[in-house]
Amino acid sequence: MSEHIASPKLYVGIFLALMVCTAATVGAAYVKLGAMNIVVALAIATLKATLVVLFFMHAKYSPKRTHLVIICAIFWLGIMLALTLTDYETRHDVGRQISPSSAIVQSA
Amino acid sequence: MHRTGELYGQFETLEQQKDIATLGMWIFLVTEVLFFGGLFMTYTINRHAYPAAFGIGGNTLDLKLGGANTVILIMSSLTMAMAVRAAQLGKKKQITGFLIATLILGGAFLGVKAIEYKQKFDHHLIPGKSFDLRYVTEHTQPKDDAERLSLAKEKEELDQAFEKDPYLSSHAQLYFSLYFGMTGLHALHMIVGAGLLIWLIKQSLGGRFGPGYNTPVEVTGLYWHFVDIVWIYLFPLLYLIDRHN
Repeated sequence: MSEHIASPKLYVGIFLALMVCTAATVGAAYVKLGAMNIVVALAIATLKATLVVLFFMHAKYSPKRTHLVIICAIFWLGIMLALTLTDYETRHDVGRQISPSSAIVQSA
Repeated sequence: MHRTGELYGQFETLEQQKDIATLGMWIFLVTEVLFFGGLFMTYTINRHAYPAAFGIGGNTLDLKLGGANTVILIMSSLTMAMAVRAAQLGKKKQITGFLIATLILGGAFLGVKAIEYKQKFDHHLIPGKSFDLRYVTEHTQPKDDAERLSLAKEKEELDQAFEKDPYLSSHAQLYFSLYFGMTGLHALHMIVGAGLLIWLIKQSLGGRFGPGYNTPVEVTGLYWHFVDIVWIYLFPLLYLIDRHN
C-alpha cells in the first residue's frame, strides 16, 4: 500500500502546537478585547481544528476527493450559519420574542 | 461477517476498498458537522440575544477542570494517531497499547465531565424548578477573607446582571440547557467512541491489524479526532465567555 506514514516526531509536534494554542486561548480570554474576544477565540479554535484535520486525520496526505468532502462540510456549515444569522441579525424584535419569560409577560 | 482484509467483489484492489471505507467515514462526519452545527447556531443566536446571562453562566464553569479535559482529549487524539500509525506499520503490541491509552484518556475525560455535572447539581444550576443563580453566593460559608471578598464580588455582579436583565434566570437556564445539551451530546459521542475502542482492542489482541488491513483503526481514528474537534470549539465557547470581567 502506498499510504503515507507520518513520523512520531510530527505527531508530537502537532500535539505540542495544540497545547500552546490551548494556553493561548485561555490567556486571550482574560484580556479585555471587547467584541474581538470571541473572534480571537474562534480563530485559535479554527487553527487547532485545521491542525487536527490536516495531520491527525491525514487530510494533508489524502486524495483530492477527501479534500472535496471537507470543503463541502465547511461550505454547507457556512450556508447554515451565514443565512440564519443574516435573518436573525436583521430582525430586531426577534430577540425578545424567543424569550420564554417575556412571552409569559406578553400574554398576561 | 467478513474475514480480515478480504476483498469485496465490487472493488478492484484492497487499497481502493480502504479508500472507499475512509471516504464513507468522511461523509458521515460531514453530517455530524451539520448536526453539531445546528446546536452551535442555536448557541450563537441566544448568546447574542442574552450576553449578560451567558457571561454569568460561563463564569460558573470550572476553568481548571475544563482546561484539564481539553489537554486530556488532545492527548487522546495523539495516542489515537499513534495507534493508527502502529497499525500501518504492523507493530502489533504498540497498536493495542496506544488503543488502551486512548480508551483510558477518554474515560478520564468522561470522569472529569461527571465531576463537573455533579457540581452543577450541587449548585442548583440545572434548568428547571429548583434552578437558582444565587444559590452559591447565598449558601456558601466563606472559610477566609479572600473567599468572603470573592463571594461578595460575585453577589454584586449578579445584582448588576439582574438589574440589566430582569429575566436573567430564564436566560441563564437557556445557557445551561445548551451547556448540558452540547456537552451531553459530545459525551455521548465519546461513549460511542469508547465502545468502538473496546471493539478495536479486542481485535488487536487477536493480531488482526497490520499493514495489509487496518481500516477499522483508521476510520475509528477519524471519528475520534472529529469528536476532539467538537470539543476544541465547545471549550472556548462555553468556558471562556466574559472571563476578563
